[in-house]
Amino acid sequence: MVKWLEGKGPESDIVVSSRIRLARNLEDINFPQMITKEAAESSTQRIKDAILSSNSVLTREFEFKRLREISELDRNVLVEKHLISHTLLERPQIGSFLLSKDEKVTIMINEEDHIRMQVLLPGLRLEEGWDLCSKIDDVLEERLKYAFDEKLGYLTSCPTNVGTGMRASVMVHLPALVLTGTINKVLQAVTQIGLTVRGLYGEGTNAMGNLFQISNQITLGESEEKIIEKLKNVVLQIINKERKAREKLLNSNKVQIEDKVYRSLGILKSARIISSKEAMKLLSNVKMGIDMGIIDEVDKEEINKLMITVQPANIQKRAMKELTQFERDIKRAELIREKL
Amino acid sequence: MLCEECGKNPATVHFKKVINGNVTEMHLCEECAKKKKEFDTSFSIHNFLTGLLDDIQEGPVKVDYIQATKCDKCGMTYGKFRQTGRFGCNHCYEAFKEKLTPLFKNIHGHEEHIGKVPKKAGGVIRIRKEIQKLKNQLNIAVKNEQFEKAAELRDRIKELEAEIEG
Repeated sequence: MVKWLEGKGPESDIVVSSRIRLARNLEDINFPQMITKEAAESSTQRIKDAILSSNSVLTREFEFKRLREISELDRNVLVEKHLISHTLLERPQIGSFLLSKDEKVTIMINEEDHIRMQVLLPGLRLEEGWDLCSKIDDVLEERLKYAFDEKLGYLTSCPTNVGTGMRASVMVHLPALVLTGTINKVLQAVTQIGLTVRGLYGEGTNAMGNLFQISNQITLGESEEKIIEKLKNVVLQIINKERKAREKLLNSNKVQIEDKVYRSLGILKSARIISSKEAMKLLSNVKMGIDMGIIDEVDKEEINKLMITVQPANIQKRAMKELTQFERDIKRAELIREKL
Repeated sequence: MLCEECGKNPATVHFKKVINGNVTEMHLCEECAKKKKEFDTSFSIHNFLTGLLDDIQEGPVKVDYIQATKCDKCGMTYGKFRQTGRFGCNHCYEAFKEKLTPLFKNIHGHEEHIGKVPKKAGGVIRIRKEIQKLKNQLNIAVKNEQFEKAAELRDRIKELEAEIEG
């Protein structure tokens, strides 16, 4: 479960994951918003074949799935695990995807664009993500003719993606900046230099469990490498600020912080009913405790995974049936007790 | 779509006349539309409308403005694009070109892509960019009086130029 979180990445005391996403379209077919069913089938076949029938090493790694052949619950589980997007779910009749066995790469078909490929890695590994994503892009391009304009670059369905079609994002855990009340200043500064901040599940979602997604806003007029370099520099500065805030907390409020961490662990270990919101808050406190060296009895990777597996669809998937909210809260508490 | 009169500028003025069931359509750029006698010399929406009405004795009149500029590949109108914020196909970029430059400038602060170019489709584009790069190097070489290097660069540029033409 949540394979892409297995193994630690660089700066993993603060950075949970790095993601690179590329948007591409076929030249001769309308974008998914204006596509006919027949054309959607044609784009699906061509994109699928471009990967599965190519001679690349990568291709044996992928499995093809149509959305309409997957239950609604399973679709939501995939979204919670960040393997597919909410937007893909909006087109269940024409949407499909290729998922790599290690769950690090997804190629979505007929999402907002014909192709949305993403590489998801634990820790701060943007360059590695771009390298892999670009290679997959090359494999696809060998067999497909992309919509590309000499001046505007890759043509995408939404004008905010035109150019590189690339969105690079980093998920960071910033509990100390939230605790010390400096988070808003940091986030404001970030948005002023052309980056955006979102919650755990992208656009329009709240920052649950002190997790923030920072990504590039600009896709036209800057090279992919430059965009990544800029994002990385900003993230490194934020990491630095978070570490300093943690240090400050340890120096000035050590007992209070320890109390917060141990209390959170205590509730997680003994609760019988727990909402996803409360679970996220407590898991964030425990994660902070591990990363600050306050506790070492809990496996951090397990906490990271729990932050995803306590989400509603994942809880129901585990129970193998639909549950009411109350039933979910009970099952969630069970899962957490079992893992801790 | 290009202007039917000059064939150079993109057509931004579209009108359709229906007189006794006979439909006439015209697609002009603003410049040529101004020159049209039917439109009066001082071009304005008001004059445009009244000028049209003078010509017509009876029958319904339909006038399409910029909002109704339509992509002829997928049928997306500029009005609908404004509403949804999504293009219908790659040709929309050409169809709404006029309006898009300021939009891109607004969103990205830039107008031109400088990132990755597809290997296959972008063959010529790649070579052109390579030529530009070599030309810059050539200038520097000449300035520094590195004539041997300059000659090498010049030959390479010629080769690449031949590749594009061939």
